[in-house]
Amino acid sequence: MTTPTLTPEKVPNAGVRIARTFVRARETGILLAILVVIAVTTAINPTFLFSGDGWRDLLLTPSILALVAIGQAIVIITRNVDLSVGSVVGLTAYLTGRLFADIPGIPIIAVFVIGALAGAVLGLVNGALVAFGKVPALVITLGTLYAYRGIDVLWAGSNRINASDMPDAFLGLGTGSFLSIPYLTILAVLVMLIAGWFLRNRRGGRELYAIGSDPAAAELYGLKVTRRILTAFVLSGATAGLAGVLFVARYGTVSSQTGTGLELQAVGAAVIGGVAIFGGSGSVYGAVLGAVLLLTINRALPILGIQDFWQQAVVGVLIIGAIVLDRVLSLRLSRRLVAEREVTA
Amino acid sequence: MTSSATPAPGGPPVLELRGVAKAFGQVIALSRADLRVEQASIHALVGENGAGKSTLVKIVAGLYQRDAGEMRFRGEAVDFSTTAEAKNAGIAVIYQEPTLFPDLSVTENVFMGRQPTDRLGRVDRKAMRTEVREIFRRLGVHIDPDRLAEGLSIADQQLIEIAKAISLDARLLIMDEPTAALSGVEVERLFVVARSLRDEGRGIVFISHRFDEVFSLCDTITVMRDGAYVSTDSTVDVTEDEIVRRMVGRDVTELFPKQAATIGEPRLVVEHLTSAGVFHDVSFTVRSGEIVALAGLVGAGRSEIARAVFGVDGYETGSVRVEGRPVPKRRPTAAMAAGLALVPEDRRKQGLVLEETVARNSTLAIRNKLTKAGFIRSASENSAARVWASRLQLKTNALDTLVGTLSGGNQQKVVLGKWLATEPRVLIIDEPTRGIDVGTKAEVHRLLSELAGRGMAILMISSELPEVLGMADRVLVVREGRITADLDRSVADAENVMFAATHALEESAR
Amino acid sequence: MTDTQVPTTSAPARSYPDYSRPLWQRWLLTREFAVIGALIVVAIVASATVQNFGTPVTLGFLLLDVTPILMIALPMTFVIVTGEIDLSVASTLGLSSVLLGVLTKAGMPFEFAMVVCLVVGLVCGAVNGFLVTVVGLPSLAVTIGTLALFRGIAVGLLGTTAITDFPFFWQNLAQQRFGTSGIPVIMVLVAVLVIVFAVLLHATPYGRGLFALGLSSDTAAFSGVNVARTKFIAFLLTGLISALAGIYWTLRYGSARGDNAVGLELSVIAAVLLGGVSIFGGKGAMHGVIAGVLLIGVLQSALRLANVSSDAINIITGVLLIVSVLSPRILAWARGSRARRRRSQP
Repeated sequence: MTTPTLTPEKVPNAGVRIARTFVRARETGILLAILVVIAVTTAINPTFLFSGDGWRDLLLTPSILALVAIGQAIVIITRNVDLSVGSVVGLTAYLTGRLFADIPGIPIIAVFVIGALAGAVLGLVNGALVAFGKVPALVITLGTLYAYRGIDVLWAGSNRINASDMPDAFLGLGTGSFLSIPYLTILAVLVMLIAGWFLRNRRGGRELYAIGSDPAAAELYGLKVTRRILTAFVLSGATAGLAGVLFVARYGTVSSQTGTGLELQAVGAAVIGGVAIFGGSGSVYGAVLGAVLLLTINRALPILGIQDFWQQAVVGVLIIGAIVLDRVLSLRLSRRLVAEREVTA
Repeated sequence: MTSSATPAPGGPPVLELRGVAKAFGQVIALSRADLRVEQASIHALVGENGAGKSTLVKIVAGLYQRDAGEMRFRGEAVDFSTTAEAKNAGIAVIYQEPTLFPDLSVTENVFMGRQPTDRLGRVDRKAMRTEVREIFRRLGVHIDPDRLAEGLSIADQQLIEIAKAISLDARLLIMDEPTAALSGVEVERLFVVARSLRDEGRGIVFISHRFDEVFSLCDTITVMRDGAYVSTDSTVDVTEDEIVRRMVGRDVTELFPKQAATIGEPRLVVEHLTSAGVFHDVSFTVRSGEIVALAGLVGAGRSEIARAVFGVDGYETGSVRVEGRPVPKRRPTAAMAAGLALVPEDRRKQGLVLEETVARNSTLAIRNKLTKAGFIRSASENSAARVWASRLQLKTNALDTLVGTLSGGNQQKVVLGKWLATEPRVLIIDEPTRGIDVGTKAEVHRLLSELAGRGMAILMISSELPEVLGMADRVLVVREGRITADLDRSVADAENVMFAATHALEESAR
Repeated sequence: MTDTQVPTTSAPARSYPDYSRPLWQRWLLTREFAVIGALIVVAIVASATVQNFGTPVTLGFLLLDVTPILMIALPMTFVIVTGEIDLSVASTLGLSSVLLGVLTKAGMPFEFAMVVCLVVGLVCGAVNGFLVTVVGLPSLAVTIGTLALFRGIAVGLLGTTAITDFPFFWQNLAQQRFGTSGIPVIMVLVAVLVIVFAVLLHATPYGRGLFALGLSSDTAAFSGVNVARTKFIAFLLTGLISALAGIYWTLRYGSARGDNAVGLELSVIAAVLLGGVSIFGGKGAMHGVIAGVLLIGVLQSALRLANVSSDAINIITGVLLIVSVLSPRILAWARGSRARRRRSQP
């Protein structure tokens, strides 16, 4: 039996390649932007890059935000959001400080594990409320943002944890490097690679994209939506928890206000990095690059002659620019895809 | 790979339903459904809108649970509580609007939820791609497996759903109005695929309104009417007329008490309306006292034309005039001010706010007119709503009943009341009696007839031939966005309407 | 006789009562009443247990504190009813505050500066409105961006400094009370705003359109509601009122700072949702919103007086917010399980 001859789909490779490069273009675009910023700033002030501290800070400063942005990206991919990460970071940072202060000699690795686990538990609460309560994550995590911060402040009171309370080895981790790459950056990159691998290669990871792409279809397909959403929030909490520990290692001081406002930076980093706010697309690599771009620009502003007071405005412009760009590009892409289809039909 | 050997003839039927019933509150969707789909068969399921076909499909697919009756799949009694269970058992449904994940690739869509994995637990992309390529090759389909599902035509999306079904080795495929949005070539391609699936021993249920397709593709045909089983025959043993008669169940003329009306001046003049890819060069006139029907197959573009005339959608070229005055495009408020009213096709999503009260729904379109010094009072909403509720004999306990709890017929009355309250000069009504019980159907027809008798110009879109032939003074037939026939009441019949609906102006019979 | 008259048939006339339930049910079995009830209970308990709670002095401070949240909650209700959200309100407040300081310091007449600030508020609202209704972007993402942008401009203009020199008349107006009652004079303005917004929401075609659009934007569009314009106006209103709140804030604290009211948007949204407005859009009532704002205000005030750490209040606010949005689900689940149990009994 012969099928009626049809015009074969117009050069499938071209269409796909265009789609692929579009996706990749975002990450490469951000990378390019980062390089441009560094180049321009270094031209004005070579110590930005070419000094011991310069190179280190370039990599070190974004590492903590990058970690949080990874978790945020995972949640946003499922068409949710986690506004409580700033409070989680604050809580686990204080927990870290307390652990070292109250349990002298506690192994550093244990603190890392406890911090991540604590974050995971906080994330589980979010995930459960969202998955079972079927209430938008925006509202739930708004509530936990308040609640967790309240617990943090209640616990910390007006205490501050200072560098003197921390073991030197721990602080050394925060500022030290291996082969001129800071330890914290290595850690963040490791987490990024693992998360990226999971999202790309495991069924669970692919299902996260499906859930964000069309939640109703995901239910119809019989995907275990509840379990996946729980996982996403647990991961977001865990990365935030880990980031809290790293924060203490890097800065040595913790107050009850630690981490305030971090959630918006994390969402911003993810959005700039190409993670669609409606879910279904994007990568943790993009989110990390977004974090790097954001903080690098912030650090570059004073050198470029702009007072660093304007940092937040720059962040705002970047976020709005990113989502407008996304919209324009996606409109153009779907128009092209529809046009291609009409030609072949 | 997926094909199993063609089973020996004489095996159990793929699907057997006996006495299946389902009600939703007061509404009885299925009173008695019987169906027996043999292996290696393409089985047509026909019936008017509201006959219960889609409820039946949803029960088989596991979306609904039946209230009574037996269901057997491949000889065994089954009870599906989720769609996933039905899918895993080997039942695939290809809906009119497939649900694919737009952000994921075609291959991922086919395998989502059950991707093959390698030793490391990684999704095995190579294996998936190979299998999809092979399935596409067998189906003669040329879609790049790596492209995103976004932007694919409905025809291609359906093929991907079929590929999914084959990959799952589904033994029963249900196709719900699959050809509604397909071009001629795409339909042929689909038929070739369906026949090859049949030859592999699978059972296919084919739901369609298009009799030429039904008779050319299917070997068996089951008729349903008003939620109950009517008949099953081999397609060779029965004629189209006989099927239509069984679908309608009574003489066409009895149903529709059409009043004679004096036909006056042109009220609505549409000229050369064009929207690329949707409709092309559409021109027609509706006079006062006239009921003009837009007939055609589902997906022909009639609702799109209505929406463009009313301003919900835009159009590229052409003009719309009401009583001589031009109506600006893309502005429903302007259309309403000119005297147009549109009772939309999707009552629940476009005609009503389901979680609002009868009073609020009834007065939504006239809310600007109900004001005193800019303010609205519930009292005035209630009295306005009451006027129309009693005129249309709405069955509801109170004016603050939520409209979502009313029956289909009463919901339609609320929508009608809402639009009639705007005192329109031209009433456009899209599928006036879809999903409505027989009694209310007659009421709606009587109402339309009386309105026309009093001078209203009515443009009626309907997919139900008996309704079209009974109610309309003139029948305009639309096919793929173009008007292919303009038939006066005296010459229109099922044959020439259907012919115009399925053939382009210049085409000869297939 | 119009075209649309339909002659009455021979069937018996039905009566259509306005309401299917008696008045007390319609008023009491609502989320709004639950919040009002909670407010009354908390207020009574607080007066009884916390020293100095019921005094005019505390009442006055409570109202002064709650004023900016109440003001912004009014247009925020509109935005949430349409199914959108505006996270940038506190940043608009801050920007307006900074501008007021900068312009006053530069010598502009104060009244004129106030007007300029209000106009800037409208512009901020228009930016949000444009990006959401014309460009078609999701409001969550847009207002996260404008939250940063507007706040960034505010901080950029003033850095870490503050401007504290404002005309006495206006500062006094913002803080003065009526005689010994403790009620601030500014409540007159607040009351006017509350009435205007409540009427707009519940008694105008615009308000009807808001609710319809929030529940079913398709039907609204098909029924002649201008969806884009309705939403745009809602965002304009949040911008305008946030700027007004910024003027008030500056005058009340006598200080224009770039970081004024950081985080206030969360209190506003929490209060609105607590007041029974559905986050999904299409449902809500102004009296609930007011009760929600007052409930949070009373709790904060009482706990502060009772020497509870004001940040323990954060925990309570957070939990209250979560409980208030989950309660419909929990109720539905409870009703569902009761029905299931009944059905399974022979």
